[in-house]
Amino acid sequence: MKGVFAHYAATKGGLLGLFMLLVVIVMAASAPFLFPAGPWEIVGAPFEPPLSEHLLLGTDMLGRNIAAAIFHGAYVSLLIGLVSTLAAMVIGITLGAVAGYVGGWIDQVLMGLVEFFQTIPSFVLAVVLVAIFNPSLGAIVGAITVVSWPPVARLVRAEFLSMRSREYVQAAWLSGRSDIAIIFKEILPNTLPPIVVAGSMMVATAILLESALSFLGLGDPNLMSWGYIIGASRTVMRQAWWMSFFPGLAIVITVLAINLIGEALNDALNPQLQAVEEGA
Amino acid sequence: MGFRLVKAVVVIALIALFNFFLVRMAPGDPAQVMAGQSGAADEKYIAQLRQDFGLDQPISTQLGLYAKRIVQLDLGYSHRQSQPVLTLILERLPATLLLTGSAFALSLLVGVLLGVWSASKAGGWRDRAISAAALLFYATPIFWSGLLLILVFSVWLDWLPAYGFSSIGVTMSAWQKVIDVARHAVLPVTTLALFYVAIYARLTRASMLEVSRLDFVKTARAKGLADREVLVRHILRNALLPIITYAGIHVGGLVGGSIVVETIFAWPGVGRLAFEAVNQRDYSVLLGVFFVISVIVVIVNLLTDFVYALVDPRIELT
Repeated sequence: MKGVFAHYAATKGGLLGLFMLLVVIVMAASAPFLFPAGPWEIVGAPFEPPLSEHLLLGTDMLGRNIAAAIFHGAYVSLLIGLVSTLAAMVIGITLGAVAGYVGGWIDQVLMGLVEFFQTIPSFVLAVVLVAIFNPSLGAIVGAITVVSWPPVARLVRAEFLSMRSREYVQAAWLSGRSDIAIIFKEILPNTLPPIVVAGSMMVATAILLESALSFLGLGDPNLMSWGYIIGASRTVMRQAWWMSFFPGLAIVITVLAINLIGEALNDALNPQLQAVEEGA
Repeated sequence: MGFRLVKAVVVIALIALFNFFLVRMAPGDPAQVMAGQSGAADEKYIAQLRQDFGLDQPISTQLGLYAKRIVQLDLGYSHRQSQPVLTLILERLPATLLLTGSAFALSLLVGVLLGVWSASKAGGWRDRAISAAALLFYATPIFWSGLLLILVFSVWLDWLPAYGFSSIGVTMSAWQKVIDVARHAVLPVTTLALFYVAIYARLTRASMLEVSRLDFVKTARAKGLADREVLVRHILRNALLPIITYAGIHVGGLVGGSIVVETIFAWPGVGRLAFEAVNQRDYSVLLGVFFVISVIVVIVNLLTDFVYALVDPRIELT
């Protein structure tokens, strides 16, 4: 593991990404203390430009503090990104592991399902799901999960297929370990690196998806979200560019940070993988 | 090819089935869902819907009725717009095909060019600049880049129109009309393409670098072929294969992105129709759009398989 950390720390992009993500996490964590009144509170005149009075990023059409909205929105974005990725990982890993390990018709059915979900345009499906089940935190997380699990299942299945005939798996099988134990205790730990990389990138995709949904007005009406601020203020963009600009910047920084981390993880985990495969 | 066609039909049937159950899984009465839930639908219409779809009959009868409609390309009726859903969609489809088609071609062209340019001197400043820009645009939500483009090119510089498909109330010759639509298309097409330019630039670069390490490239160089020759005829030709695969996958994403782009630019396409349907809770229209877009994606995937076989003769269409 030490090698992985050293490798990661050696990539400039990875460090930069980690730093940017830390900033966003601190924003999310400090929101209740810095802006205890919450993001919906009216704090001044509407359409106040940035740097007016005590308002760093100005106010929106109703006089709400943009900075407060961005800080509180950070929490929502990270939460939705993490929870929906975790859910998609659980589904994708389980189905992918079963398909790759068991094989046969179960594999064919599951992969057919994966292919089906990858054919349907995922963003349109997410829009349809959230609209029909009414916008709420649960519906949004559910919709993002439904469109994100198939690539994970495909990846995990491929890993399991290549691992199934390895000697250590056969040894475990011969020693009488149960299938469940072999899947979760023997094979899964060995397939973790690519899954971790895919998972980290998925958080970024999930955040982008959530922002697009709430931009279209499909966000949870009780949660302040970056996409929502941009969607609500886009019609007044000519007069008030800052209302759409800063929340968008927050999205870019967060997504960029997570992608940088994913790439650095990929670089850090891959050399080891290769070394293992070459028997070094 | 026959197998692929059958598979495509099965997928389309499954999507229709998915739609069918989606309406019935939604909270509330399916008739209300289809009429639009905000209470504007009157009792008579709801009763009519209930009868048309056999909603008081067992689910198998409902499914039969539904299947009959789908086969006849009857996607339902929009009470709000007083038109059949299919008519609404077909009216809007050309604008969306123009938008997504142009964005697709533009992103492939520019993305592959940038990727090749980047890979031809990997590690240099040009490569780093392109890679950094690709990383940035890959992280940018398209609705935000669209708004920024409007702000810069339409509001500040006043070069290009930001809204609509064509100028209204101006008499123009046929040629002027084409120019007019093209001017209106520049910003939405660029917005939709930017994200995919980033993807294709990254993919092409990675694919080129991978292929350039293979033995046959060394052979070509050892033969004394010019760098340019090796780059285009040996590396690029082989590096393009995975990109075609991805391009097929991205068609769905492009059409999905059109919902956002058409909303921002008031582009009169299917995506805008979907957005309006979401706002008005006109679910029969929304589900109709979902179905038609999925069918288009399935068809485009079939075409990609064709192209793939043309580019790489080793692949047979089974």
